[in-house]
Amino acid sequence: MNSEIPRKWVWIGGLLLLALLLMLPFLVKNYRVFQFNLVIVYAIAILGLNILTGFNGQISLGHGAFYAFGAYAAAILMDILSVPYWATLPSAFAFCFVFGFVVGFPALRLAGHYLALATFALALAVPQLLKYKKIEALTGGAQGIVLIKPEPPFSFHFLDQPLSADRWLYFFSLAVAALMFLLAWNLLRGRVGRALIAVRDHPIAATAMGINLPVFKSMAFGVSAGITGLAGALSAIVVGFVSPDSFTVNLSIFLLVGAVVGGLASIPGAIFGGIFIQFVPNIADEISKSAPAAIYGLFLIAFMYLLPLGVMGGVKALWARLRSLAAG
Amino acid sequence: MEALLFQIFSGLANGIIYGSVALALVMIYQATHHINFAQGEMATFSTFIAWALIHEAGWSYWVAFFFTVAVSFTGGLLVQRIVLRPMEKAPVLTNVIVFIGLLLIFNALSGMLFDHTIKAFESPFPKESALATRFFAAHQIGSAGVLMVMLFALFAFFKYTSVGLAMRAAAQNPDSAKLVGIRVSWMLGLGWGLAAAIGAVAGMMVAPIVFLDPNMMAGILLYGFAGALLGGIDNPLGAVIGGLVVGVLENLLGAYVIGTELKLTVALVLIVGTLTLRPNGLFGKKVVTRV
Amino acid sequence: MSLKRKLIPLAGLAVLCFSQAVPAQKKYDPGADDKEIKIGNIVPYSGPASAYGTIGKVIGAYFDKVNAEGGINGRKIKYITLDDGYNPAKTLEQARKLVEEEEVLLLFTTVGTPPNSAIHKYMNQKKVPQLFVATGASKWGDPKNFPWTMGWQPPYTTEGRNYSTHLLDTMPQAKVAILYQNDDYGKDYLKGFMEGLGDKAASMVVAQASYEVTDPTVDSQILTLKSSGANVLFNITTPKFAAQAIKKIAEVGWKLDAHYLNSVSTSVGSVLKPAGLENAVGLISVQYMKEPTDPAWVNDADYKAWLAFMQKHYPAGELTTSFNVTGYAHAHTLVQVLKQAGDNLTRENVMKQAASLNMPTLPMLLPGVNVKTSADDFYPIERQQLSKFDGKTWVRFGKIYGR
Repeated sequence: MNSEIPRKWVWIGGLLLLALLLMLPFLVKNYRVFQFNLVIVYAIAILGLNILTGFNGQISLGHGAFYAFGAYAAAILMDILSVPYWATLPSAFAFCFVFGFVVGFPALRLAGHYLALATFALALAVPQLLKYKKIEALTGGAQGIVLIKPEPPFSFHFLDQPLSADRWLYFFSLAVAALMFLLAWNLLRGRVGRALIAVRDHPIAATAMGINLPVFKSMAFGVSAGITGLAGALSAIVVGFVSPDSFTVNLSIFLLVGAVVGGLASIPGAIFGGIFIQFVPNIADEISKSAPAAIYGLFLIAFMYLLPLGVMGGVKALWARLRSLAAG
Repeated sequence: MEALLFQIFSGLANGIIYGSVALALVMIYQATHHINFAQGEMATFSTFIAWALIHEAGWSYWVAFFFTVAVSFTGGLLVQRIVLRPMEKAPVLTNVIVFIGLLLIFNALSGMLFDHTIKAFESPFPKESALATRFFAAHQIGSAGVLMVMLFALFAFFKYTSVGLAMRAAAQNPDSAKLVGIRVSWMLGLGWGLAAAIGAVAGMMVAPIVFLDPNMMAGILLYGFAGALLGGIDNPLGAVIGGLVVGVLENLLGAYVIGTELKLTVALVLIVGTLTLRPNGLFGKKVVTRV
Repeated sequence: MSLKRKLIPLAGLAVLCFSQAVPAQKKYDPGADDKEIKIGNIVPYSGPASAYGTIGKVIGAYFDKVNAEGGINGRKIKYITLDDGYNPAKTLEQARKLVEEEEVLLLFTTVGTPPNSAIHKYMNQKKVPQLFVATGASKWGDPKNFPWTMGWQPPYTTEGRNYSTHLLDTMPQAKVAILYQNDDYGKDYLKGFMEGLGDKAASMVVAQASYEVTDPTVDSQILTLKSSGANVLFNITTPKFAAQAIKKIAEVGWKLDAHYLNSVSTSVGSVLKPAGLENAVGLISVQYMKEPTDPAWVNDADYKAWLAFMQKHYPAGELTTSFNVTGYAHAHTLVQVLKQAGDNLTRENVMKQAASLNMPTLPMLLPGVNVKTSADDFYPIERQQLSKFDGKTWVRFGKIYGR
């Protein structure tokens, strides 16, 4: 039996999925759409983290910091400079890219646990920095910044449901996510991707082959920070509020959890990661009011038992099994 | 001048706390080459057990102390055998996620079983004892003493006993270690047990100063982590010195340099800066790999 | 007179009689019906602020008691409480779930300033009551701009001002040091205190030091403040750090002529005892609630009723924390509002009743502290009295501040 799926089925499957994605916001209530928006935002953030940690092997426990800076950049641009919401995204990306590149340089000297500590320190310092009284006029200090949610630019009805602000943002986020994933896929499948993985697995050999290690690793940091920063900016738009308490060190830890659960070094894994960190805490909350965090912890451990390489790791293993069954 | 001295000594006193936690982290690292993020929460849980034994079961301090250390050792060993053994072959980050899961579970259990109001925890070194000096309370000198004892014991264990050697071998090169007959898996379990025991001692020394509540170790763990890495994650003495440095640095920065609003940030920047100059920590050994 | 003429007044009388016999209209908004009233609540059950989770639980326990006694006007309370981990983005998500999916009538006692700020605009846009929020920030009493949000406890700024007023009255030449938690709660107190000092703030306040919730100790801050030479301290700390501070001040021998402690940390059992009762003598604070570990209330009927309630309906709850008292009092206030609303359970009427409270006393509030609101007064509790700790209990003195 032919072990390849005919292209025809891949296309049909893809189109069906696309149709479902486009119809989804009209099939559910607004608050569910809001949750889906958050999933998309987290997926983009995890994609950024994955490029650095999954593909390039540099552990970051501090991506929440880039997310926070992107969110605040967008919030300040919208609140003080009245920049339209869609224009804040490229600005946040640029700002966080530069920041990540700069952070990447000292990170060059650090490996493994030391890099983890340095990035963890960055994440921990963020809330304090955001509350610093000298920049309070800009950041709103401990009170944060309240933003206005953008309204859809046109009105539209489907299945009897109007195009609300949440639904509009769903399509907007979906488009941004599609763009980011496409860019990442393009970047990673070519020379750059192979170089990233080479640097991760055999750094000395990679240098011997002519890859400029410092520039490369810093670039990886920069791109990764830029993407996660863009996700942060998107989150500011979707949620409509930023404050230092939204960006504690827990966020960085959850992004890492999402990356590992989804599957490191895999682009679609980011989507599963986003779904996990958005919905599993809610499930844990429903199971136990006394100690929802304990239930979440149990979920994490169980997940790692069953799928030590994340969802995509499991999918790949399953796929390999099916193919060998079909071939044998 | 006196104020400066007070700040330095207060920093050293805090540093003793960070150093104790750093020691537990080094222990676990030496045994498993992993950094256990759940170390702090396990230590807090152990301290709660001691508290319950003293206050609810009415045991005397030292009996409760040693019983808790024994229970923590067993607990750590069991955690490794049951929860972590299946993960031995898994990638580093998978293990990290499991540690995070353990962290959440222990923290939530502490809150659920022992509730959130702060509790006073006894110090075995009474306030008016001969140990007290002008700059240090009796308890702080006492905890420093305990820390020194643990440090020397650990040092001697790793350097001079065959079990210690076996443990280091198992962590550094598990495959070769197996070939010479070392039971690698049990070494890992032993390492976890010892680390949990050290953590319990650290928790019981810390609690009289900062008061016992489920989130007692959250802030301390970071500084302990920083201290361990600053000193070199494979060097117990370095870790303790690192902890002391972090304690003093944090105090001085807050009091004299940048003010309390940014002292955390600046302290961390300095630590990271130091690491970029000496990537293996101040006293760590440079790891040379064959190409 | 013709028959027709006689009939008309008779007919009018008959109509009048019949109209009196027709029952008052029942009006409902989503979340209320003949059988039940759905009430939503969001508190941090997980994360670093999980100590506040018990507020959500004690409220649930009180509603259990109310339901066991027949409910409110014949309706049972359905209480839905969710966790936000003190993360404002999560608070918004949970608020939307409660309003849009669970369709609760109102949201009640959400905890924390940032979480409440995140949902402030949303609740007012959706016109759903955000009642009796569990934070002392002053911005919750703004009926003109946010008619659907109401606070409950005396604002932190007011408390800060009360301290500085007292200070100016008693020690206008004092040198003041301030220790504060570096977040919205700490800064609110600071703001009120400084405003109360007015122009004298610059000359009187000689040192300020902040700390983060993640700091292990505040020892360094105390040392810094002591070396400034101040003889008065305004201590804005949460329980754990308050205990540390009081203990350290005694340890380093800092003699204070006045030590103001914020009301958040006045618990005898969970703050002053661990710190050392003898070290806490002379502390000044304000109170509006009865503190459950204060020996003054041991034989008080009100306290005993609370104790009985805890033992029966919330046996797992701690008896030493004032969180379980404040939740209890909050719940009483809401029950009063709903009782006043009667059969008109629209959101608009709920807000109207909340803005027409006039209770001279409430269980577990200090005698003399009332609960009063009106169309332009959205601060239900404003009265506070200064009290001093004498080594065993808090002794009230002086006048009662607030209207």
